[in-house]
Amino acid sequence: MHDTMEEESTPKSTTVERPLHVDVDLGNLLLSDTNEIAVKSLRANPDEYLRTLARDNAQLLINEIWKLPFERVDDVIITKLPKATYILPREKPAPKAKTLTKWESYAKEKGITKRKKTKLVWDELVKKWVPRFGYKKVDAEAEKDWVLEVPGNVDPMEDQFERKSEAKAERVSKNELQRLRNLAKAKKVDIPGGSGLTSKEKPSKIELHQAVHVAKKATASLGKFQAKLPKEKPLKGTGKKRQFEPLVIDSTKEKNKNLDVLARVMSKKPKIDIASAVNKQVDIREMEKSSFRSKSHGPKQGSGGGRSGSKRSDGKRRSGPGKPTAGRPRTGDGEGMRRGRSGGARGGGRNGPATGRSAFGGAKSGPGGGGARGGRGGGRGGGGRRGRS
Amino acid sequence: MRPLTEEETRIFFEKLVKYIGENIKILIDRPDGPYCFRLNKERVFYVSEEIMKKAGNVARENLVSLGTCMGKFTKSKKFRLHVTALDYLAPYAQGKMWLKPSAEQQFLYGHNVMKSGLGRISESVDRYQGVILYSMNDLPLGFGTAAKSTSDCRHSDPGTIVCFHQSDIGEYIRSEDTLT
Repeated sequence: MHDTMEEESTPKSTTVERPLHVDVDLGNLLLSDTNEIAVKSLRANPDEYLRTLARDNAQLLINEIWKLPFERVDDVIITKLPKATYILPREKPAPKAKTLTKWESYAKEKGITKRKKTKLVWDELVKKWVPRFGYKKVDAEAEKDWVLEVPGNVDPMEDQFERKSEAKAERVSKNELQRLRNLAKAKKVDIPGGSGLTSKEKPSKIELHQAVHVAKKATASLGKFQAKLPKEKPLKGTGKKRQFEPLVIDSTKEKNKNLDVLARVMSKKPKIDIASAVNKQVDIREMEKSSFRSKSHGPKQGSGGGRSGSKRSDGKRRSGPGKPTAGRPRTGDGEGMRRGRSGGARGGGRNGPATGRSAFGGAKSGPGGGGARGGRGGGRGGGGRRGRS
Repeated sequence: MRPLTEEETRIFFEKLVKYIGENIKILIDRPDGPYCFRLNKERVFYVSEEIMKKAGNVARENLVSLGTCMGKFTKSKKFRLHVTALDYLAPYAQGKMWLKPSAEQQFLYGHNVMKSGLGRISESVDRYQGVILYSMNDLPLGFGTAAKSTSDCRHSDPGTIVCFHQSDIGEYIRSEDTLT
Protein backbone atom coordinates (compact mmCIF):
# COMPACT_ATOMS: atom_id res chain seq x y z
CA MET A 1 0.00 0.00 0.00
CA HIS A 2 2.66 2.39 1.01
CA ASP A 3 4.69 1.65 -2.11
CA THR A 4 1.89 2.33 -4.51
CA MET A 5 0.99 5.53 -2.76
CA GLU A 6 4.56 6.67 -3.05
CA GLU A 7 4.67 5.69 -6.74
CA GLU A 8 1.59 7.66 -7.64
CA SER A 9 2.66 10.74 -5.82
CA THR A 10 6.26 10.92 -7.01
CA PRO A 11 6.90 11.52 -10.73
CA LYS A 12 8.52 8.64 -12.45
CA SER A 13 12.09 8.69 -13.56
CA THR A 14 12.94 10.02 -16.99
CA THR A 15 15.59 7.41 -17.45
CA VAL A 16 14.37 4.07 -18.60
CA GLU A 17 16.54 0.99 -18.71
CA ARG A 18 16.24 -1.42 -21.58
CA PRO A 19 18.51 -4.42 -21.92
CA LEU A 20 18.36 -4.31 -25.72
CA HIS A 21 18.64 -1.25 -27.89
CA VAL A 22 15.30 0.10 -29.11
CA ASP A 23 14.86 1.34 -32.66
CA VAL A 24 13.84 4.94 -32.87
CA ASP A 25 12.68 6.61 -36.05
CA LEU A 26 12.18 10.26 -35.15
CA GLY A 27 10.94 11.24 -38.60
CA ASN A 28 7.85 9.10 -38.08
CA LEU A 29 7.90 9.58 -34.28
CA LEU A 30 8.12 5.81 -34.14
CA LEU A 31 9.79 3.64 -31.55
CA SER A 32 9.89 -0.12 -31.82
CA ASP A 33 10.83 -2.09 -28.74
CA THR A 34 12.23 -5.55 -29.43
CA ASN A 35 12.84 -6.38 -25.77
CA GLU A 36 11.37 -9.44 -24.22
CA ILE A 37 7.99 -9.17 -22.58
CA ALA A 38 7.81 -10.18 -18.94
CA VAL A 39 5.20 -12.79 -19.41
CA LYS A 40 4.59 -13.40 -15.71
CA SER A 41 3.71 -9.85 -14.85
CA LEU A 42 1.72 -9.51 -18.06
CA ARG A 43 -0.40 -12.47 -17.07
CA ALA A 44 -0.76 -11.29 -13.49
CA ASN A 45 -1.84 -7.76 -14.31
CA PRO A 46 -2.06 -7.15 -18.01
CA ASP A 47 -3.53 -3.64 -17.89
CA GLU A 48 -1.01 -2.33 -15.43
CA TYR A 49 1.91 -3.93 -17.24
CA LEU A 50 0.92 -2.61 -20.65
CA ARG A 51 0.40 0.86 -19.28
CA THR A 52 3.86 1.01 -17.72
CA LEU A 53 5.43 -0.45 -20.84
CA ALA A 54 3.77 2.18 -22.99
CA ARG A 55 4.78 4.98 -20.63
CA ASP A 56 8.41 3.83 -20.49
CA ASN A 57 8.68 3.58 -24.26
CA ALA A 58 7.02 6.97 -24.70
CA GLN A 59 9.57 8.33 -22.22
CA LEU A 60 12.37 6.85 -24.32
CA LEU A 61 11.00 8.47 -27.46
CA ILE A 62 10.64 11.84 -25.79
CA ASN A 63 14.18 11.56 -24.44
CA GLU A 64 15.37 11.08 -28.00
CA ILE A 65 13.44 14.11 -29.16
CA TRP A 66 15.00 16.22 -26.48
CA LYS A 67 18.40 15.26 -27.80
CA LEU A 68 17.67 17.06 -31.08
CA PRO A 69 18.76 20.69 -31.49
CA PHE A 70 15.86 22.97 -30.68
CA GLU A 71 15.13 26.65 -30.64
CA ARG A 72 12.66 28.89 -28.89
CA VAL A 73 10.27 31.03 -30.91
CA ASP A 74 7.82 33.15 -28.92
CA ASP A 75 7.93 30.87 -25.85
CA VAL A 76 7.43 27.82 -28.00
CA ILE A 77 10.09 25.16 -28.28
CA ILE A 78 10.58 24.08 -31.86
CA THR A 79 12.67 21.29 -33.27
CA LYS A 80 13.10 19.90 -36.72
CA LEU A 81 12.60 16.17 -37.05
CA PRO A 82 15.08 14.27 -39.18
CA LYS A 83 14.12 12.35 -42.26
CA ALA A 84 12.10 9.21 -41.65
CA THR A 85 14.12 6.00 -41.93
CA TYR A 86 11.42 3.39 -41.44
CA ILE A 87 9.86 2.34 -44.69
CA LEU A 88 6.13 2.18 -44.31
CA PRO A 89 4.25 -0.28 -46.55
CA ARG A 90 2.45 1.22 -49.53
CA GLU A 91 -1.07 2.40 -49.06
CA LYS A 92 -2.28 1.38 -52.52
CA PRO A 93 -1.64 -1.96 -54.19
CA ALA A 94 1.24 -2.07 -56.63
CA PRO A 95 0.18 -1.14 -60.15
CA LYS A 96 -0.45 -4.02 -62.49
CA ALA A 97 1.63 -4.53 -65.60
CA LYS A 98 0.13 -3.00 -68.73
CA THR A 99 -1.64 -5.41 -71.03
CA LEU A 100 0.47 -6.03 -74.08
CA THR A 101 -0.89 -4.97 -77.42
CA LYS A 102 -1.38 -7.61 -80.04
CA TRP A 103 1.90 -6.75 -81.75
CA GLU A 104 3.79 -6.60 -78.46
CA SER A 105 2.58 -9.99 -77.39
CA TYR A 106 3.42 -11.39 -80.82
CA ALA A 107 6.89 -9.82 -80.74
CA LYS A 108 7.48 -11.21 -77.28
CA GLU A 109 6.49 -14.65 -78.42
CA LYS A 110 8.78 -14.46 -81.45
CA GLY A 111 11.59 -12.78 -79.56
CA ILE A 112 11.50 -9.67 -81.72
CA THR A 113 13.19 -6.71 -80.04
CA LYS A 114 12.90 -3.09 -81.01
CA ARG A 115 15.88 -1.72 -82.87
CA LYS A 116 16.79 1.88 -82.41
CA LYS A 117 16.44 3.74 -85.67
CA THR A 118 17.85 7.12 -86.52
CA LYS A 119 15.39 9.93 -86.79
CA LEU A 120 16.83 11.23 -90.06
CA VAL A 121 17.48 9.15 -93.14
CA TRP A 122 19.49 10.08 -96.19
CA ASP A 123 17.34 10.42 -99.27
CA GLU A 124 19.20 9.70 -102.45
CA LEU A 125 16.60 11.36 -104.63
CA VAL A 126 16.59 14.76 -103.06
CA LYS A 127 20.15 14.43 -101.70
CA LYS A 128 19.05 15.51 -98.29
CA TRP A 129 18.57 14.21 -94.78
CA VAL A 130 14.84 13.81 -94.32
CA PRO A 131 12.94 12.78 -91.22
CA ARG A 132 11.85 9.16 -91.13
CA PHE A 133 8.46 10.13 -89.74
CA GLY A 134 6.63 12.94 -88.05
CA TYR A 135 7.39 16.65 -88.25
CA LYS A 136 8.31 17.85 -91.75
CA LYS A 137 8.05 14.37 -93.18
CA VAL A 138 5.11 15.46 -95.33
CA ASP A 139 7.05 18.37 -96.72
CA ALA A 140 9.90 16.09 -97.67
CA GLU A 141 7.49 13.70 -99.33
CA ALA A 142 5.88 16.48 -101.31
CA GLU A 143 9.28 17.62 -102.50
CA LYS A 144 10.15 14.11 -103.53
CA ASP A 145 6.86 13.12 -105.16
CA TRP A 146 6.20 16.17 -107.32
CA VAL A 147 5.60 13.72 -110.13
CA LEU A 148 4.33 10.12 -109.99
CA GLU A 149 4.78 7.29 -112.41
CA VAL A 150 1.67 5.61 -113.82
CA PRO A 151 2.12 1.85 -113.57
CA GLY A 152 1.43 -0.15 -116.69
CA ASN A 153 -1.33 -2.27 -115.21
CA VAL A 154 -3.67 0.55 -114.11
CA ASP A 155 -6.11 2.87 -115.75
CA PRO A 156 -3.96 5.71 -117.18
CA MET A 157 -6.62 8.30 -116.36
CA GLU A 158 -6.55 7.46 -112.66
CA ASP A 159 -5.15 10.14 -110.42
CA GLN A 160 -2.08 8.57 -108.82
CA PHE A 161 -1.81 11.27 -106.18
CA GLU A 162 -5.33 10.63 -105.04
CA ARG A 163 -4.67 6.94 -105.03
CA LYS A 164 -1.65 7.42 -102.87
CA SER A 165 -3.43 9.60 -100.35
CA GLU A 166 -6.30 7.12 -100.23
CA ALA A 167 -3.92 4.31 -99.44
CA LYS A 168 -2.41 6.41 -96.71
CA ALA A 169 -5.81 7.18 -95.22
CA GLU A 170 -6.59 3.48 -95.32
CA ARG A 171 -3.42 2.68 -93.41
CA VAL A 172 -4.15 5.35 -90.84
CA SER A 173 -7.67 4.12 -90.24
CA LYS A 174 -6.50 0.55 -89.98
CA ASN A 175 -4.00 1.58 -87.39
CA GLU A 176 -6.66 3.47 -85.50
CA LEU A 177 -8.88 0.42 -85.53
CA GLN A 178 -6.06 -1.71 -84.20
CA ARG A 179 -5.31 0.84 -81.52
CA LEU A 180 -8.90 0.86 -80.38
CA ARG A 181 -9.02 -2.90 -80.43
CA ASN A 182 -5.95 -3.07 -78.25
CA LEU A 183 -7.51 -0.53 -75.92
CA ALA A 184 -10.71 -2.53 -75.69
CA LYS A 185 -8.76 -5.71 -75.10
CA ALA A 186 -6.74 -4.10 -72.31
CA LYS A 187 -9.86 -2.77 -70.61
CA LYS A 188 -11.80 -5.94 -71.34
CA VAL A 189 -14.59 -4.06 -73.04
CA ASP A 190 -16.98 -5.88 -75.30
CA ILE A 191 -16.87 -4.14 -78.64
CA PRO A 192 -20.38 -3.56 -79.93
CA GLY A 193 -20.95 -5.67 -82.97
CA GLY A 194 -18.33 -8.16 -81.91
CA SER A 195 -16.29 -9.13 -84.89
CA GLY A 196 -18.55 -7.39 -87.33
CA LEU A 197 -15.66 -5.62 -88.91
CA THR A 198 -13.19 -8.15 -90.04
CA SER A 199 -9.86 -6.82 -91.10
CA LYS A 200 -8.54 -10.28 -91.78
CA GLU A 201 -7.50 -11.32 -95.19
CA LYS A 202 -9.26 -14.64 -94.98
CA PRO A 203 -12.05 -14.50 -92.41
CA SER A 204 -13.45 -17.84 -91.37
CA LYS A 205 -16.95 -19.02 -92.24
CA ILE A 206 -18.19 -18.19 -88.77
CA GLU A 207 -16.66 -14.72 -88.84
CA LEU A 208 -18.22 -13.98 -92.20
CA HIS A 209 -21.54 -15.24 -90.90
CA GLN A 210 -21.32 -12.92 -87.94
CA ALA A 211 -20.25 -10.03 -90.12
CA VAL A 212 -23.28 -10.54 -92.33
CA HIS A 213 -25.57 -10.47 -89.34
CA VAL A 214 -23.98 -7.35 -87.93
CA ALA A 215 -24.20 -5.61 -91.28
CA LYS A 216 -27.83 -6.60 -91.61
CA LYS A 217 -28.70 -5.14 -88.26
CA ALA A 218 -26.98 -1.87 -89.03
CA THR A 219 -30.09 -0.21 -90.40
CA ALA A 220 -32.49 2.28 -88.89
CA SER A 221 -35.02 -0.48 -88.30
CA LEU A 222 -32.39 -2.84 -86.87
CA GLY A 223 -32.55 -5.13 -89.84
CA LYS A 224 -36.26 -5.78 -89.58
CA PHE A 225 -36.91 -5.37 -93.27
CA GLN A 226 -33.74 -6.88 -94.60
CA ALA A 227 -34.15 -9.60 -97.16
CA LYS A 228 -33.06 -13.04 -96.11
CA LEU A 229 -30.77 -15.34 -97.95
CA PRO A 230 -32.22 -18.68 -98.97
CA LYS A 231 -31.66 -21.17 -96.15
CA GLU A 232 -30.17 -18.53 -93.96
CA LYS A 233 -29.64 -19.80 -90.46
CA PRO A 234 -30.29 -17.60 -87.45
CA LEU A 235 -27.19 -16.55 -85.57
CA LYS A 236 -26.58 -18.59 -82.48
CA GLY A 237 -26.21 -17.05 -79.09
CA THR A 238 -27.75 -13.71 -79.96
CA GLY A 239 -31.35 -14.47 -79.19
CA LYS A 240 -33.17 -14.56 -75.94
CA LYS A 241 -31.94 -16.84 -73.23
CA ARG A 242 -34.08 -19.88 -72.71
CA GLN A 243 -36.38 -19.62 -69.74
CA PHE A 244 -37.61 -22.76 -68.13
CA GLU A 245 -40.46 -23.27 -65.82
CA PRO A 246 -39.72 -23.79 -62.14
CA LEU A 247 -39.23 -27.33 -60.94
CA VAL A 248 -42.47 -27.52 -59.04
CA ILE A 249 -45.57 -26.39 -60.88
CA ASP A 250 -49.16 -26.78 -59.90
CA SER A 251 -49.86 -30.43 -60.67
CA THR A 252 -53.28 -29.92 -62.23
CA LYS A 253 -51.91 -27.16 -64.42
CA GLU A 254 -49.08 -29.36 -65.54
CA LYS A 255 -51.44 -32.24 -66.17
CA ASN A 256 -53.72 -30.11 -68.29
CA LYS A 257 -50.78 -28.82 -70.25
CA ASN A 258 -49.57 -32.32 -70.93
CA LEU A 259 -53.05 -33.40 -71.97
CA ASP A 260 -53.21 -30.44 -74.33
CA VAL A 261 -49.95 -31.42 -75.93
CA LEU A 262 -51.17 -34.99 -76.18
CA ALA A 263 -54.38 -33.89 -77.84
CA ARG A 264 -52.39 -31.93 -80.37
CA VAL A 265 -50.10 -34.89 -81.01
CA MET A 266 -53.04 -37.22 -81.46
CA SER A 267 -54.87 -34.84 -83.76
CA LYS A 268 -51.92 -34.84 -86.12
CA LYS A 269 -52.52 -38.46 -86.94
CA PRO A 270 -54.53 -38.81 -90.13
CA LYS A 271 -58.15 -39.64 -89.57
CA ILE A 272 -58.06 -42.29 -92.22
CA ASP A 273 -54.87 -44.23 -92.15
CA ILE A 274 -54.77 -45.73 -95.62
CA ALA A 275 -52.18 -48.33 -94.79
CA SER A 276 -54.04 -49.64 -91.81
CA ALA A 277 -57.38 -49.52 -93.66
CA VAL A 278 -55.92 -51.58 -96.46
CA ASN A 279 -54.46 -53.96 -93.93
CA LYS A 280 -57.80 -54.39 -92.31
CA GLN A 281 -59.43 -55.06 -95.64
CA VAL A 282 -56.78 -57.62 -96.45
CA ASP A 283 -57.34 -59.16 -93.04
CA ILE A 284 -61.03 -59.51 -93.63
CA ARG A 285 -60.50 -61.05 -97.01
CA GLU A 286 -58.04 -63.55 -95.60
CA MET A 287 -60.48 -64.40 -92.94
CA GLU A 288 -63.22 -65.05 -95.39
CA LYS A 289 -60.93 -67.26 -97.38
CA SER A 290 -59.98 -69.30 -94.35
CA SER A 291 -63.56 -69.52 -93.20
CA PHE A 292 -64.55 -70.81 -96.59
CA ARG A 293 -61.86 -73.44 -96.35
CA SER A 294 -62.88 -74.55 -92.90
CA LYS A 295 -66.54 -74.56 -93.82
CA SER A 296 -65.89 -77.37 -96.16
CA HIS A 297 -64.79 -79.47 -93.19
CA GLY A 298 -68.27 -79.72 -91.87
CA PRO A 299 -70.34 -78.56 -88.91
CA LYS A 300 -68.42 -80.58 -86.34
CA GLN A 301 -65.74 -78.04 -86.16
CA GLY A 302 -68.06 -75.20 -85.49
CA SER A 303 -69.56 -76.88 -82.50
CA GLY A 304 -66.16 -77.64 -81.10
CA GLY A 305 -65.25 -74.04 -81.43
CA GLY A 306 -68.33 -73.04 -79.55
CA ARG A 307 -67.45 -75.13 -76.60
CA SER A 308 -63.92 -74.02 -76.29
CA GLY A 309 -65.14 -70.49 -76.59
CA SER A 310 -67.03 -70.86 -73.38
CA LYS A 311 -63.90 -72.13 -71.79
CA ARG A 312 -62.04 -69.05 -72.80
CA SER A 313 -64.54 -66.82 -71.17
CA ASP A 314 -63.53 -68.09 -67.76
CA GLY A 315 -60.62 -65.67 -67.94
CA LYS A 316 -57.81 -67.90 -69.05
CA ARG A 317 -55.37 -66.06 -71.22
CA ARG A 318 -54.18 -67.52 -74.37
CA SER A 319 -50.70 -68.73 -73.81
CA GLY A 320 -48.74 -70.97 -75.98
CA PRO A 321 -46.48 -73.17 -73.99
CA GLY A 322 -46.70 -76.00 -76.39
CA LYS A 323 -47.00 -73.88 -79.39
CA PRO A 324 -43.47 -73.07 -80.35
CA THR A 325 -42.47 -76.69 -80.05
CA ALA A 326 -44.65 -77.32 -82.99
CA GLY A 327 -42.17 -76.13 -85.50
CA ARG A 328 -44.01 -75.88 -88.71
CA PRO A 329 -41.74 -74.52 -91.31
CA ARG A 330 -43.91 -71.96 -93.03
CA THR A 331 -47.08 -70.10 -92.35
CA GLY A 332 -46.11 -70.97 -88.86
CA ASP A 333 -47.69 -70.65 -85.51
CA GLY A 334 -47.66 -66.86 -85.65
CA GLU A 335 -50.04 -66.96 -88.44
CA GLY A 336 -52.30 -69.50 -86.98
CA MET A 337 -52.51 -67.66 -83.75
CA ARG A 338 -53.02 -64.44 -85.46
CA ARG A 339 -55.85 -65.66 -87.46
CA GLY A 340 -57.43 -67.15 -84.46
CA ARG A 341 -57.15 -64.02 -82.48
CA SER A 342 -58.35 -61.66 -85.06
CA GLY A 343 -61.28 -63.85 -85.72
CA GLY A 344 -62.16 -63.90 -82.06
CA ALA A 345 -61.83 -60.22 -81.63
CA ARG A 346 -63.86 -59.35 -84.57
CA GLY A 347 -66.37 -62.07 -84.14
CA GLY A 348 -66.60 -62.24 -87.87
CA GLY A 349 -67.87 -65.39 -89.49
CA ARG A 350 -68.90 -68.59 -88.02
CA ASN A 351 -65.63 -70.23 -88.43
CA GLY A 352 -63.30 -67.42 -87.53
CA PRO A 353 -63.77 -67.84 -83.81
CA ALA A 354 -63.68 -71.52 -84.16
CA THR A 355 -60.20 -71.51 -85.51
CA GLY A 356 -58.99 -69.26 -82.71
CA ARG A 357 -60.57 -71.34 -80.11
CA SER A 358 -59.23 -74.48 -81.47
CA ALA A 359 -55.79 -73.04 -81.05
CA PHE A 360 -56.66 -72.39 -77.50
CA GLY A 361 -58.11 -75.62 -76.80
CA GLY A 362 -55.02 -77.28 -78.02
CA ALA A 363 -52.75 -75.28 -75.87
CA LYS A 364 -54.85 -75.67 -72.83
CA SER A 365 -55.90 -79.19 -72.89
CA GLY A 366 -52.89 -80.73 -74.50
CA PRO A 367 -50.25 -81.72 -72.02
CA GLY A 368 -47.45 -81.35 -74.50
CA GLY A 369 -46.59 -80.74 -78.06
CA GLY A 370 -49.17 -83.12 -79.37
CA GLY A 371 -51.99 -81.08 -78.04
CA ALA A 372 -50.50 -77.92 -79.36
CA ARG A 373 -50.13 -79.39 -82.76
CA GLY A 374 -53.72 -80.32 -82.72
CA GLY A 375 -54.58 -76.79 -81.87
CA ARG A 376 -52.58 -75.53 -84.71
CA GLY A 377 -54.21 -77.82 -87.07
CA GLY A 378 -57.47 -76.30 -85.99
CA GLY A 379 -56.11 -72.93 -86.79
CA ARG A 380 -55.44 -74.00 -90.29
CA GLY A 381 -58.87 -75.36 -90.69
CA GLY A 382 -58.19 -78.83 -89.36
CA GLY A 383 -59.84 -80.52 -86.41
CA GLY A 384 -59.42 -78.51 -83.27
CA ARG A 385 -61.50 -81.06 -81.52
CA ARG A 386 -59.17 -83.77 -82.45
CA GLY A 387 -56.41 -82.10 -80.50
CA ARG A 388 -58.48 -81.78 -77.44
CA SER A 389 -60.14 -85.10 -77.27
CA MET B 1 -33.90 -30.90 -63.16
CA ARG B 2 -36.72 -29.04 -64.85
CA PRO B 3 -40.12 -29.65 -66.44
CA LEU B 4 -40.13 -30.35 -70.13
CA THR B 5 -40.79 -27.48 -72.48
CA GLU B 6 -43.79 -27.71 -74.75
CA GLU B 7 -41.60 -28.68 -77.69
CA GLU B 8 -39.86 -31.38 -75.69
CA THR B 9 -43.16 -32.70 -74.46
CA ARG B 10 -44.40 -32.91 -78.02
CA ILE B 11 -41.34 -34.81 -79.23
CA PHE B 12 -41.54 -37.13 -76.27
CA PHE B 13 -45.24 -37.83 -76.68
CA GLU B 14 -44.91 -38.37 -80.40
CA LYS B 15 -42.52 -41.18 -79.64
CA LEU B 16 -44.63 -42.59 -76.85
CA VAL B 17 -47.79 -42.51 -78.94
CA LYS B 18 -46.25 -45.02 -81.30
CA TYR B 19 -46.25 -47.58 -78.52
CA ILE B 20 -49.17 -46.86 -76.25
CA GLY B 21 -51.31 -44.46 -78.26
CA GLU B 22 -54.01 -42.71 -76.27
CA ASN B 23 -52.96 -44.58 -73.18
CA ILE B 24 -50.48 -41.82 -72.38
CA LYS B 25 -53.46 -40.26 -70.66
CA ILE B 26 -53.24 -42.99 -68.07
CA LEU B 27 -49.66 -41.99 -67.33
CA ILE B 28 -50.45 -38.30 -67.12
CA ASP B 29 -53.63 -38.58 -65.13
CA ARG B 30 -53.14 -41.15 -62.42
CA PRO B 31 -55.56 -41.91 -59.66
CA ASP B 32 -52.77 -42.65 -57.18
CA GLY B 33 -51.42 -39.14 -56.77
CA PRO B 34 -49.79 -36.78 -59.23
CA TYR B 35 -46.97 -37.99 -61.40
CA CYS B 36 -44.85 -35.82 -63.65
CA PHE B 37 -42.17 -35.83 -66.29
CA ARG B 38 -38.92 -34.13 -65.44
CA LEU B 39 -35.80 -33.55 -67.46
CA ASN B 40 -32.29 -33.83 -66.09
CA LYS B 41 -29.15 -34.14 -68.15
CA GLU B 42 -31.29 -34.59 -71.26
CA ARG B 43 -33.01 -37.59 -69.70
CA VAL B 44 -36.72 -37.70 -69.08
CA PHE B 45 -37.85 -39.15 -65.80
CA TYR B 46 -41.33 -40.24 -64.89
CA VAL B 47 -41.65 -39.65 -61.20
CA SER B 48 -44.22 -39.07 -58.51
CA GLU B 49 -44.44 -35.45 -57.55
CA GLU B 50 -43.58 -36.19 -53.98
CA ILE B 51 -40.26 -37.77 -54.87
CA MET B 52 -39.58 -35.06 -57.41
CA LYS B 53 -39.97 -32.39 -54.76
CA LYS B 54 -37.55 -34.19 -52.50
CA ALA B 55 -35.06 -34.70 -55.30
CA GLY B 56 -35.22 -30.97 -55.95
CA ASN B 57 -32.79 -30.57 -53.07
CA VAL B 58 -30.11 -32.49 -54.92
CA ALA B 59 -27.85 -30.48 -57.18
CA ARG B 60 -28.34 -31.12 -60.88
CA GLU B 61 -24.91 -32.54 -61.45
CA ASN B 62 -25.18 -34.86 -58.49
CA LEU B 63 -28.59 -36.19 -59.41
CA VAL B 64 -28.11 -39.48 -61.21
CA SER B 65 -31.65 -40.74 -61.41
CA LEU B 66 -35.10 -40.44 -59.94
CA GLY B 67 -38.32 -42.23 -60.60
CA THR B 68 -38.17 -44.10 -63.88
CA CYS B 69 -35.99 -42.99 -66.75
CA MET B 70 -38.17 -43.01 -69.86
CA GLY B 71 -35.38 -42.20 -72.25
CA LYS B 72 -33.25 -39.36 -73.41
CA PHE B 73 -33.06 -36.58 -75.92
CA THR B 74 -30.30 -37.00 -78.43
CA LYS B 75 -28.06 -34.14 -79.40
CA SER B 76 -30.27 -33.52 -82.42
CA LYS B 77 -33.27 -33.31 -80.10
CA LYS B 78 -34.85 -36.58 -81.02
CA PHE B 79 -36.21 -38.76 -78.29
CA ARG B 80 -34.92 -42.23 -77.65
CA LEU B 81 -36.74 -44.56 -75.31
CA HIS B 82 -34.73 -46.54 -72.82
CA VAL B 83 -35.49 -50.08 -71.77
CA THR B 84 -36.30 -48.75 -68.31
CA ALA B 85 -39.51 -47.37 -69.79
CA LEU B 86 -40.66 -50.88 -70.59
CA ASP B 87 -42.48 -51.18 -67.29
CA TYR B 88 -44.78 -48.37 -68.36
CA LEU B 89 -45.04 -49.29 -72.01
CA ALA B 90 -45.83 -52.99 -71.64
CA PRO B 91 -49.16 -52.76 -69.77
CA TYR B 92 -50.57 -50.21 -72.19
CA ALA B 93 -49.06 -51.52 -75.38
CA GLN B 94 -51.13 -51.44 -78.52
CA GLY B 95 -48.96 -53.50 -80.83
CA LYS B 96 -47.54 -56.72 -79.45
CA MET B 97 -45.39 -59.50 -80.73
CA TRP B 98 -44.63 -62.76 -79.03
CA LEU B 99 -41.29 -64.42 -79.60
CA LYS B 100 -40.62 -68.10 -79.79
CA PRO B 101 -38.23 -69.31 -77.10
CA SER B 102 -35.67 -70.06 -79.79
CA ALA B 103 -35.71 -66.43 -80.93
CA GLU B 104 -35.71 -64.88 -77.50
CA GLN B 105 -31.96 -65.01 -77.06
CA GLN B 106 -31.28 -63.46 -80.42
CA PHE B 107 -33.52 -60.57 -79.55
CA LEU B 108 -32.08 -60.16 -76.10
CA TYR B 109 -28.64 -59.88 -77.64
CA GLY B 110 -29.82 -56.87 -79.58
CA HIS B 111 -30.80 -58.37 -82.92
CA ASN B 112 -33.85 -57.72 -85.04
CA VAL B 113 -36.68 -60.22 -85.01
CA MET B 114 -37.14 -62.46 -88.01
CA LYS B 115 -40.35 -63.98 -89.16
CA SER B 116 -39.14 -67.41 -88.13
CA GLY B 117 -38.85 -66.23 -84.54
CA LEU B 118 -42.26 -64.69 -84.39
CA GLY B 119 -44.60 -66.69 -82.20
CA ARG B 120 -47.60 -64.52 -82.76
CA ILE B 121 -48.56 -60.95 -83.34
CA SER B 122 -51.42 -58.82 -82.23
CA GLU B 123 -53.87 -57.83 -84.92
CA SER B 124 -53.70 -54.70 -87.04
CA VAL B 125 -50.16 -53.75 -86.29
CA ASP B 126 -49.17 -51.19 -88.86
CA ARG B 127 -45.84 -50.90 -90.53
CA TYR B 128 -43.34 -48.93 -88.42
CA GLN B 129 -45.63 -48.94 -85.45
CA GLY B 130 -44.00 -49.43 -82.09
CA VAL B 131 -44.46 -52.91 -80.71
CA ILE B 132 -43.69 -54.51 -77.40
CA LEU B 133 -42.06 -57.91 -77.62
CA TYR B 134 -43.07 -60.64 -75.24
CA SER B 135 -41.85 -64.12 -74.61
CA MET B 136 -44.43 -66.83 -75.19
CA ASN B 137 -45.33 -66.78 -71.52
CA ASP B 138 -46.10 -63.07 -71.64
CA LEU B 139 -42.91 -61.70 -70.18
CA PRO B 140 -42.08 -58.36 -71.78
CA LEU B 141 -38.64 -58.59 -73.34
CA GLY B 142 -38.29 -55.21 -74.96
CA PHE B 143 -39.64 -53.12 -77.74
CA GLY B 144 -39.05 -52.37 -81.34
CA THR B 145 -40.60 -51.10 -84.52
CA ALA B 146 -42.70 -53.32 -86.71
CA ALA B 147 -40.97 -53.76 -90.02
CA LYS B 148 -44.05 -55.33 -91.54
CA SER B 149 -47.70 -54.92 -90.87
CA THR B 150 -49.63 -57.87 -89.49
CA SER B 151 -50.96 -58.94 -92.85
CA ASP B 152 -47.57 -58.54 -94.51
CA CYS B 153 -46.06 -60.71 -91.84
CA ARG B 154 -48.24 -63.55 -92.90
CA HIS B 155 -46.96 -63.66 -96.42
CA SER B 156 -43.31 -63.04 -95.76
CA ASP B 157 -40.47 -65.55 -95.74
CA PRO B 158 -39.14 -66.91 -92.48
CA GLY B 159 -35.90 -64.98 -93.07
CA THR B 160 -37.44 -61.53 -93.38
CA ILE B 161 -37.18 -59.09 -90.56
CA VAL B 162 -40.53 -58.37 -88.99
CA CYS B 163 -39.40 -56.14 -86.14
CA PHE B 164 -36.49 -53.75 -85.81
CA HIS B 165 -34.86 -54.02 -82.45
CA GLN B 166 -34.90 -50.89 -80.37
CA SER B 167 -34.42 -51.89 -76.80
CA ASP B 168 -34.44 -55.09 -74.80
CA ILE B 169 -33.97 -56.17 -71.24
CA GLY B 170 -30.55 -57.52 -72.10
CA GLU B 171 -29.44 -53.90 -71.97
CA TYR B 172 -29.64 -54.05 -68.23
CA ILE B 173 -26.48 -56.10 -68.50
CA ARG B 174 -25.02 -54.89 -71.77
CA SER B 175 -25.20 -51.18 -71.09
CA GLU B 176 -25.35 -51.25 -67.37
CA ASP B 177 -23.33 -48.09 -66.87
CA THR B 178 -25.29 -45.88 -69.23
CA LEU B 179 -28.75 -46.79 -68.01
CA THR B 180 -30.13 -44.70 -65.24
